[in-house]
Amino acid sequence: MTRATETVKQIKVDYLARVEGEGALDIVVEDGRITHLELRIFEPPRFFEAFLRGRGFQDAPDITARICGICPVAYQMSSAHALEKALGVTTTPAIRALRRLLYCAEWIESHALHVYLLHAPDFLGYESAIAMAAEPELRPVVERGLRMKKIGNELLALIGGREIHPVSPCVGGFYRAPRRRELLKLKEDLEWGLEAALETVAWTASLPFPDFTADYEFVALSHPDEYPMNEGRVVSSRGLEIPMEAFEEHFVEEHVAHSNALHARRVDGGSYQVGPLARVNLNREKLSPKAQEAMERSGIPFPNNNPFVSIVARSLELVHAFEEALWLIEGYEEPVPSRVPVSPRAGEGCHITEAPRGMLYHRYRLDDEGLIQEARIIPPTSQNLKRMEDDLWAFVPTVLELPLEDATWRCEQLIRNYDPCISCATHFLKMRVRRGE
Amino acid sequence: MSERRANENAEERRKPRLAVFKFASCDGCQLSLLDAEDELLAVAGQVEIAYFVEARRQMLEGPYDVTLVEGSITTPEEAERIQEVRRQSRFLVTIGACATAGGIQALRNWRDVDEFVRLVYATPAYIDTLETSTPISDHVTVDFELRGCPINKAQLLDLITALLIGRQPRVPTHSVCLECKRRGTVCVMVAQGIPCLGPVTQAGCGAICPAYNRGCYGCYGPMEAPNAEVLGRRFQDLGASSGEIVRLFRGFTGYAEAFRVTSDQFEEVRR
Repeated sequence: MTRATETVKQIKVDYLARVEGEGALDIVVEDGRITHLELRIFEPPRFFEAFLRGRGFQDAPDITARICGICPVAYQMSSAHALEKALGVTTTPAIRALRRLLYCAEWIESHALHVYLLHAPDFLGYESAIAMAAEPELRPVVERGLRMKKIGNELLALIGGREIHPVSPCVGGFYRAPRRRELLKLKEDLEWGLEAALETVAWTASLPFPDFTADYEFVALSHPDEYPMNEGRVVSSRGLEIPMEAFEEHFVEEHVAHSNALHARRVDGGSYQVGPLARVNLNREKLSPKAQEAMERSGIPFPNNNPFVSIVARSLELVHAFEEALWLIEGYEEPVPSRVPVSPRAGEGCHITEAPRGMLYHRYRLDDEGLIQEARIIPPTSQNLKRMEDDLWAFVPTVLELPLEDATWRCEQLIRNYDPCISCATHFLKMRVRRGE
Repeated sequence: MSERRANENAEERRKPRLAVFKFASCDGCQLSLLDAEDELLAVAGQVEIAYFVEARRQMLEGPYDVTLVEGSITTPEEAERIQEVRRQSRFLVTIGACATAGGIQALRNWRDVDEFVRLVYATPAYIDTLETSTPISDHVTVDFELRGCPINKAQLLDLITALLIGRQPRVPTHSVCLECKRRGTVCVMVAQGIPCLGPVTQAGCGAICPAYNRGCYGCYGPMEAPNAEVLGRRFQDLGASSGEIVRLFRGFTGYAEAFRVTSDQFEEVRR
């Protein structure tokens, strides 16, 4: 594939759009070979793990929620569970069920946002969903996505108090549990949402997928009785199966020069993928019945190694989340009390839950007053960053024949497969301080 | 509306240009615009969304009529970039606790950052950061601000509407207490002895926390002329330790002056 002219190509995106946070892409190809490839994260560090030191344990769900405006519930769930372990607290089945319902709400709002507003425009050649909505035949599609997202947000706001940075979840449970009649009011909307999610699967399965696969190690939680959200063991497509407590023995984060985010990898070397595609690949038999039917009908085989198919995996999880939300509301019993009593004591605990973008790890060490002495947070996007770069190394050679603008767009689309949340990934362990201004 | 339009010349009739810029933040406040699911497409019809990286690939250059700024200033690059954003913006609105008060990341402002590095981080690194996280108004002139962590999307839509038709945005300056009364929430501090920042915090959220059976934690920052010190002493009477009081005032808007001064006072007491 040598060319007489133009032997050097540069794919450069100064500011990645339709992702959460600030990132850039710089790839140089000389004579058909990649000589430079950087997914650069320039989102500024905010040092959450540092300033959590000295805060009370009950501050952690409120403060860590502020790492990400799109998935605050994930931070509240991982922190609450980890701290309950540190404090030796067990919650009740009713609190457990309400937490799953809250997580369904966040999966719905986050997945609908990504499928319709952030990712689908790439497949159809629009720069944004706003541009898509300007087309008469696509406007109803965008409106469907917005309404699904709104229903997720309404459920989230009812349980949590508001959709972004909810106030009710806490260590021990909830400051306030919703009444059954309040939840039942959302039943019709959720039924509509379930149908809309089924249409979403059919629609995303019909999108044109670039012909690309990679040899991934998929990693997700897995639970014997349910689709994983708040509980389970860590499993991988290469046979790993460990308890959450062993996570740091098997996975490490390292700092690379061009990035304000840490890159995670397996201790023995390789990158891995977390998120909806990993979850569906590893837990497809635990999807709700309607999600399993939709998977069959979609004609897309799972497990699947094409990262662009993640938009279908996300759509299947939308079906699951709507269907499970309906079950949970049907069977809802208000937790009394809404939170179990929690007393400060010294201890350490870690926990993983499944954020919309994949596994989110939290670990805390407390002193005897319940003040945080040490905090460790490993968000899903830092786990995927190394994998995104590996994908680009393999993918770029397949798009070199395209005009540069199209090749660049394809690379962006590849990154958006991961629904990257760069604000989350930039949590940082190392820094250089510049004094003064 | 039609009379107004008739009086406008052709240039003024073009759609106002909206831009959204992000500094150190969680993205939640700009997400509020995308969370206005019923209004988003209507807004996109009325204004030209010229720069909104979280939502669109198209990035048009300034100048912009209305610029929403999310996030605080924490790096040398951000301190420079906000100057350029200001130059490109006719009307600059800061949105959220990070942009208006420095955000939760302003907790670094009480620490010696070098010591902080030595304590927490073993190895030197590649990152530039400032010692402080500061609100946008410390760096450039701000025309209007929307408080909150996150902002209230109804306030955001009201602001956009107000700017479109040329009226003042409506933002309350009273305390959260009035919102509790209006909502019919029994006072959590009076009835249950739970420390609550509501009496000194600006309204706007709808008094969510007390309605969910917990004290306000100050997302909207200090109201006009708050008496935060007296409230802190009331917390002491309720049995709160100085440490708890310091931590309560040092939250998402802890670097806002009234809260900052109060938390410093109680920290002195502790020493």
